[in-house]
Amino acid sequence: MVEHGDIRVVHRGGSKINSREPVISSDSRLLLCASGECVKVFSTSTEECIHDLRGHTGLVTGVLLRPSNHLQAYSCSADGTVRLWDFTDGILIKTYAIGYPIYSIHASPNHERVIFIVISTLSEKKSELFQLVAVHLPQSGDRLVEARELSAVLSDVSSNPAAIAFGRGGEYIVSAKGLQLEVYFFKKQKSYRFSLKENNKKGRKNTFTCVASHPQDDCIATGHEDGKIRLWRNFSHKKEYTYSTLHWHHSVVSSLCFTPEGTNLLSGGVESVLVQWRYNQESQKDFLPRLGAAITHIVVSPDGALFCTSHSDNKITIIQSCVKVSAIIQGLVKGESLSTDLMVDPRSKAMVLNGKPGHLQFYSLQRDKLLFNLDIVQQEYIHQSGLQQFEVVKAAFTASGNWLASVEERKQKDAELELNLKLWMFDEQSQSFVLNTTISAPHEARITAMCFCQSTDSQTTMLVSTSKDGHFKAWQLATPAHTEDDGPSWSCDFVGAYHSLVPECCTFSADGSLLAVSFQEVVTVWSPSSWELLTTLSQPPGAIRDLCFGKLSCSKYLVGTTANNLLCCWNLLTCALEWSTSMNTSLLLADPLSENMAAFCPQAGFTDLFVFKPNEPRPLYSHKAVCSGNVTRAVFAPREEMLDSCEESSQWLNHSQLYFLTQCMDLMTFTTKAEEARQMAASKQLVIDDSIAMTPFHLLLGKHRGQQQQQESGQDSLSAERTPLPQGSAAIKELLQTPAHILPSTSFLCSMFVQSLLISVTDSREETKHVEEEMESEKEEDSEEEEIESRAVRPPEMARCGQATETATLTKAQVKELRRVKKLDHGWLSSVLDL
Amino acid sequence: MASYKPTKITVYPKLGEKVTQDTVYWKNYKAPIQIKEFGAVTNINFSPVAPHNFAVTAFTRIHIYGPFSHEPVKSFTRFKDTAYCGRFRSDGQLLVAGCEDSVVRLFDVNGKVALRMYKGHTKAVHVTDFTSDSYQILTGSDDYSCRLWDIPNATELNAYQEHTDYIRCGVTSKLNTNLFITGKMETAAPPPLFYAYVLISVMTLDHGQPVESLLLYPSEGLLVSAGGRFVKVWDLLKKGQPLVSLKNHHKTVTCLCLSSNGERLLSGSLDRHVKVYNTTSYKVVHNFDYAASILSLALAPNDESIVVGMTNGILNLKHRKNAEESKEISGQQRRRPSYRVFVKGKNYFPKQDDYLVSKPVKQHLAKYDKQLKKFNVSKALDTALEAWTRLKKPEITVAVIKELDRRGTLKNALAGRDEQGLSRLLYFLIGNLFDPRFAPVLVTAAEMILDIYQSVIGQSSVVDRQLLRLQEMLEREIDYQQELLEVLGMLDTVFASSLPRKEVPCSAISKSNGLTQGEGRLQLQAT
Repeated sequence: MVEHGDIRVVHRGGSKINSREPVISSDSRLLLCASGECVKVFSTSTEECIHDLRGHTGLVTGVLLRPSNHLQAYSCSADGTVRLWDFTDGILIKTYAIGYPIYSIHASPNHERVIFIVISTLSEKKSELFQLVAVHLPQSGDRLVEARELSAVLSDVSSNPAAIAFGRGGEYIVSAKGLQLEVYFFKKQKSYRFSLKENNKKGRKNTFTCVASHPQDDCIATGHEDGKIRLWRNFSHKKEYTYSTLHWHHSVVSSLCFTPEGTNLLSGGVESVLVQWRYNQESQKDFLPRLGAAITHIVVSPDGALFCTSHSDNKITIIQSCVKVSAIIQGLVKGESLSTDLMVDPRSKAMVLNGKPGHLQFYSLQRDKLLFNLDIVQQEYIHQSGLQQFEVVKAAFTASGNWLASVEERKQKDAELELNLKLWMFDEQSQSFVLNTTISAPHEARITAMCFCQSTDSQTTMLVSTSKDGHFKAWQLATPAHTEDDGPSWSCDFVGAYHSLVPECCTFSADGSLLAVSFQEVVTVWSPSSWELLTTLSQPPGAIRDLCFGKLSCSKYLVGTTANNLLCCWNLLTCALEWSTSMNTSLLLADPLSENMAAFCPQAGFTDLFVFKPNEPRPLYSHKAVCSGNVTRAVFAPREEMLDSCEESSQWLNHSQLYFLTQCMDLMTFTTKAEEARQMAASKQLVIDDSIAMTPFHLLLGKHRGQQQQQESGQDSLSAERTPLPQGSAAIKELLQTPAHILPSTSFLCSMFVQSLLISVTDSREETKHVEEEMESEKEEDSEEEEIESRAVRPPEMARCGQATETATLTKAQVKELRRVKKLDHGWLSSVLDL
Repeated sequence: MASYKPTKITVYPKLGEKVTQDTVYWKNYKAPIQIKEFGAVTNINFSPVAPHNFAVTAFTRIHIYGPFSHEPVKSFTRFKDTAYCGRFRSDGQLLVAGCEDSVVRLFDVNGKVALRMYKGHTKAVHVTDFTSDSYQILTGSDDYSCRLWDIPNATELNAYQEHTDYIRCGVTSKLNTNLFITGKMETAAPPPLFYAYVLISVMTLDHGQPVESLLLYPSEGLLVSAGGRFVKVWDLLKKGQPLVSLKNHHKTVTCLCLSSNGERLLSGSLDRHVKVYNTTSYKVVHNFDYAASILSLALAPNDESIVVGMTNGILNLKHRKNAEESKEISGQQRRRPSYRVFVKGKNYFPKQDDYLVSKPVKQHLAKYDKQLKKFNVSKALDTALEAWTRLKKPEITVAVIKELDRRGTLKNALAGRDEQGLSRLLYFLIGNLFDPRFAPVLVTAAEMILDIYQSVIGQSSVVDRQLLRLQEMLEREIDYQQELLEVLGMLDTVFASSLPRKEVPCSAISKSNGLTQGEGRLQLQAT
């Protein structure tokens, strides 16, 4: 029996940030965007995430600044609530329960205390019909308010938030759906509908995709599927409306936006070019090309200085007045398909997978941030739908991280498969991978698997690739014979085949002395030094799906899974089957740092996880129903610092952490309770009360007051003044450890820092001065001394005691509080140790 | 905003020889000078003293050429029959030559008539040489004998009768007066090593083929012999142990020569090649091709010139390029900007409160890339098909066609061309379609052209002719490929029958790793 006591499956970042349009705060310093179940607040200048607004229990479907208070924001979610936030401090102010899943949210300054939301038509829950409803927000002091006063405004609207816009001064609201444009005038309580023909002469589609309305003029801009932009005027009359057409985009216009003054119209689409049209001089346009990926949303800051585009590759670009890209906020790129395996770069410890078309992305798991994209294909990406592009399909790292191999392929119908194998060397000087060798057409058909020889002590680096053409090839790094040549390059060392069967997977043993290649149901074991076929192992029927060599003490075992629901473990010394079990394994992977192996087994729509050691047929840990659907990609990421958990069930998480991707491309991981607690503490440490503006005047006055207070407290202040000695280190620690974007102003820190240095002098002087000190304070000092010692012993524990929030001047009460916290911490620690 | 990524031009591995220091060194010669002699040039010998004239023995004459003139400085014509082996003495004053009429003649380099005549051989004398003390002459003759002559007295000092066949080559030691080596015609004949005082050979080495040429290393520790297709190197200090046998020529090797620093060995052969060997690794590092079979070869001191004599009587001279000359060429290629351009703005020192305005670095793009960036596909293809690019760098044209294909706009770029444009395109295809490096890309383009211009075939005679030619070449290529496949099949059968059959050791395993194991079931119980 295995109990999984405190191990939990948790979401680990990487959620979409481009699903809804972002919002720029009125001072252009912050950017809010919906990301999964929370709203993320980014700084527009440093690109850092400042905080998450957590509270929603469903997908956040819209974020909006509150029109009456520019420091507050509404967010709506599929969980049926609208929440009001103070986004600078990250505080939830109010929750309005609506009761229906909300798809988008709109508001206008002319409609006070009313917000407009899109919900599905009430009659059927799952219908595809949506309606726009006005919600009157009741005024009450409670945090949770029921808002049930709904009144329908428009029926049959699009669920896409871009298809609804408020007109000039909130007098009317525009909605587009299909081939119809509907304008509803609030004063007249009347709506006009304008419809277009389905196709024009040339068979272009006229379907509306997005709507924007001019802030000062009665003009509506609509984007269409064929790339046209129409400017509608005079629409307050049903018959006499006019429209003019702008055409630059060659495919769908996905977003339109007017600048706040109404002088420019911005449009974007698949071409990934931001087009700026002059209002009333439409022949003049400016372009900002090559933004990286298709534009999905365009937003302009309230003062018009910043533009912000979100892109289909989970990226938000901040642009300074259509000239210069000033910041890029990049999330984890998750395309429709993940073709490479999840990998961990041994150098940066970043997770590596294919991201943008033709790129490999390096994603930091610790910081939930995309580190960089490595351009593999090195070709201009043509933003055009329906075009076959080169895709990165396979990648592999050596154990040291010095070499990276990547395979890119492009398959056009009725043309030859184009295949390139590229080998990249890590360049110490530029700290990035540099292309070393390109092998065009390394195989005649698709490459099914690729792996490096992982042993660290061998002289040569070797790569093995298996292909559908029935061969596997070994590539070796060879130094050229001619000394004048520049550096080593890769060449083919061996081509192997077995009975013209198709090789599916390959793996090297930990010491690099054996290579196992599976040919359908046969596993062949080769010696890479002599390229001799040593033995064959087979377990028919059923083709081999995964192969893994055991590590460390289990290195004599080879574990394989077959398509026929069998997990087999062969002993390589006896060349015989050690044990086997029938389980349908979709994915098998080995922890690089321990003997453990993890197997994901889909069962009745859910996936179970089993962790075991190859030397005994008994799972160390098992977890039923890890997630719904099938798990196809997972990786063991080595930890930065080892956990020292002694519990048997969580021991397997000591060396590395297991990450996996679910079917809906969510990145999940396993954590223990202790680890979560530590993370909570770390995140708490980061919170700094910077709500009070730090003016120089305040600093002076505040310090003065603090000193006065201390003087008033008299003798007792001795201990308060003495505390800064150990505090000095904490101040430095805070200075060094806190991320730059949440640090208070330098002047503030500086005074604190200098003060912490000064204390030691005053301290010694005071000691000489107050020789005839009371016993009580001596005792206090003693206890303090003890604490300093304990601090020396366990510095990491001290770091998370939340001292970062303390200012330089502490009152006695605060000091006592602090001590109490410290003691509590000790007690808890010792209890952990006793366990 | 990322910058435009230019079209990637695939770099193909260069076929043929690699550029090494050797090829650079040996290629650094001027265009050859050809001089017609009266008959086959059998021997070339450089004078050891400056100005390093060389004696060319051809038919009944010996011509002496200066280092720069193309006319003979001097010629000795008083031979009654074919002359052989004109050699200079170490002071460059005397020249000895054998003759078909068995008389050995000694000339003063400045004189005209022979100073001495050495009579005693009964048949043609092919080998003559001065010994290292320069007072004696060694000769070898077709009468199987080898004689040593005193120069002033013209008397025979010694005769060695040990050979059993014609003596065709010989060399005297430059360090030891009494040592010389001769090689002879007979198959499986050894080149014996003689000591003058001892009447018998001190060492006999078996070359295996008739020895055509002999060469001693300057240190005289190693001996090189050429005979048949082989060049062999012997270690004389280890009792004539064979060191290496080089088989790089496919016809008889006729002459040997060492480069001035002794690090390269040159061999000339009837197969019209001169090969240059590295004397440490004995690998061929360079190769010269000549028009006819080579009989003689000599290198001037410091490798200033290579002189090769051939069977058709042509003397081929190659002089080394001067240092300035070789530099001049590279200088011409890189036109350097004037001094003013370099100094511009460099002598300005920023003042205290200057504000530096950084200018974005402009990305340089090739012309076709500029047009591709603007999506002008037809123009980009036109640029890539310009005469220079098309002829000199076809890989650029192919790369642009590939890029257009990737963008899905190749059809647009190919369409709408007039007769001239189309014929230019077809001309490029005819030239490069059958290059295996370009074929995958160009076949798609060719198919598209045929699709597009199907309707207008027959309207222009130029285009029709080119299309017919393309078809003809295609058929020829298919035949050729088929033939190659046949050869491959034949080779496979040959290899298959010659390889020993190897058993895969799996008989014992197949039993034990079957489905029989039931006891090791994984106990999966989970909460």
